[in-house]
Amino acid sequence: MSQLFSKENKEAFFGPLGANNPVAVQVLGICSALAVTAQLGPAVVMGLSVTVIVAMANVIISLLRKTVPNRIRIIVQLVVVAALVTIVSQILKAFAYDVSVQLSVYIGLIITNCILMGRLEAFAMQNGPWESFLDGIGNGLGYAWVLIAVAFFRELFGAGTLFGFPVVPDALYDLGYINCGIMLTPVAALVLVGCIIWVMKIREEKAAKK
Amino acid sequence: MKMNTNSNVYTIVYAAVMVVIVAFLLAFVSSSLKDMQDNNVKKDVKKQILSSLNIETADVDATYDKVVKDMLANGAELAEYTGEFNTAYNQEIKAGNFHVFVATLENGETKYVFPVYGAGLWGPIWGYVSVNDDKTTVYGVSFNHESETAGLGGEIVKPIFKDQFAGKKVLNGTGEVALTVKKNGNAQGENECDGVAGATLTSNGVAKMLLESLGNYKEFLNNK
Repeated sequence: MSQLFSKENKEAFFGPLGANNPVAVQVLGICSALAVTAQLGPAVVMGLSVTVIVAMANVIISLLRKTVPNRIRIIVQLVVVAALVTIVSQILKAFAYDVSVQLSVYIGLIITNCILMGRLEAFAMQNGPWESFLDGIGNGLGYAWVLIAVAFFRELFGAGTLFGFPVVPDALYDLGYINCGIMLTPVAALVLVGCIIWVMKIREEKAAKK
Repeated sequence: MKMNTNSNVYTIVYAAVMVVIVAFLLAFVSSSLKDMQDNNVKKDVKKQILSSLNIETADVDATYDKVVKDMLANGAELAEYTGEFNTAYNQEIKAGNFHVFVATLENGETKYVFPVYGAGLWGPIWGYVSVNDDKTTVYGVSFNHESETAGLGGEIVKPIFKDQFAGKKVLNGTGEVALTVKKNGNAQGENECDGVAGATLTSNGVAKMLLESLGNYKEFLNNK
C-alpha cells in the first residue's frame, strides 16, 4: 500500500488540485470553463465527465504507451479520447437526456479540451497505469472545482438560484436587490476565472518565499 | 524479441487494428443504447406537447396517453392517425402529414395542438402551439431550438416570451393565419407578440415558422 500512495503519487493526485491546477495555473481548458458555468448542474456534470474521461484515457494510453508508434502517437491519443467521449455522450443521452441536451456540443468538445491531450502526452506516455489514473483523477477534479466555483458565483448572483432552486430570499428583492445579468454572460466567467488565477498566483508566490 | 515500433508496417497495422477495434466498440455501444435514447427523444417530444398545454408532470408517458390523441388534419376535417408516435415533425410536414394533437383536459375542455417547425438564426427552431376549441385563441405554446444564442435567441424557450402568446388569436378578421412576432415593443392587436430584444433574426424566424406551419391548417382552423 505504501508504494501505491508514495510521495510522487500523492503529488500526481494533489498537485493538480492546488499548486499545479490545470485551469488556474496552467490556464488549460478555459473555453469550456466559460461555456458551461452559467448554472451549477451542467458544471458538475461537465466536471465529472472530464474527470472520468481523463482518468480512463490516461490509463488506456499508459497501458499502450510502449506499443504506440511514435509518429502517430497524437492520433492514437485522439482516437482513444474521441471514443471515450462518444461513449460518455451516448450514455448521457440514454440515462440523463435532459443533461445531455443542456450540455449539447460541450460534451463533444471535451475531445478538444487541452487538459486531456496535455495529460496524455505529458504524463501517461511516461508513467504507469496507476500513477496515470491518479494524475487523471487529480486533473479532472482540479478542473471540476474551478468550474463549480465559477458556476456557484455565476448562478447565485446572476439568477439568484443554486441548482435551479431560488436561494435569494424574496425580502431582499423587495428591498430593491436585482439579479446581476452580466454574471450570466461569458464575460463574467472570464473575470471570475481571472480572480481565481489571481488568488492561486498569490498563494504560489507565498509558497515560493517559504 | 523487441518490435521496431517505428517501422512503417508496424505503424500502419497498428492504426488499422486500432480503428477496427474502436469502430466495433462504438457500434456496439450505439446499438445497445439506441432503444433507450429513442424513448428519451419520444418522451421529450411528449413533454414539449404537454408543456404547450401548460401541463407540467413527472409522469410524461402516462399523462400524454391519457390527455392527448394524435390525429391528422385532412383539409378541414380530422382523420385518424394510426402510425407510430412521431418525433420528426419537420419531415411529417414535408410529407404532407399535418398532425393535430387533440387534447382533452381534466376539466373537459378540448384543445388542439399544432407542431410548428422553422429556421432560427443558427439552426432549426420548433415548437407546439395549442389553441382553444374556437380554433383561434391560443391556449399556450412551447418553443425549442437547437443552437440559438444563449441569452438572446435562446430566450424564446423562456416563459417571458412564451407567456405573451396565451389569449392571442391565430386567425385575423378575414380568416387568414396571422399570428406573428413583431420587433420588440411594436406588437399591436390580437395577432401580434413582441419579439426578443437583440434577437431580431430569431424572432423573425419564429414569425415565419408560425405563419408557414400554422398556414397548413388554414382550412381546419376555419372549419368552425
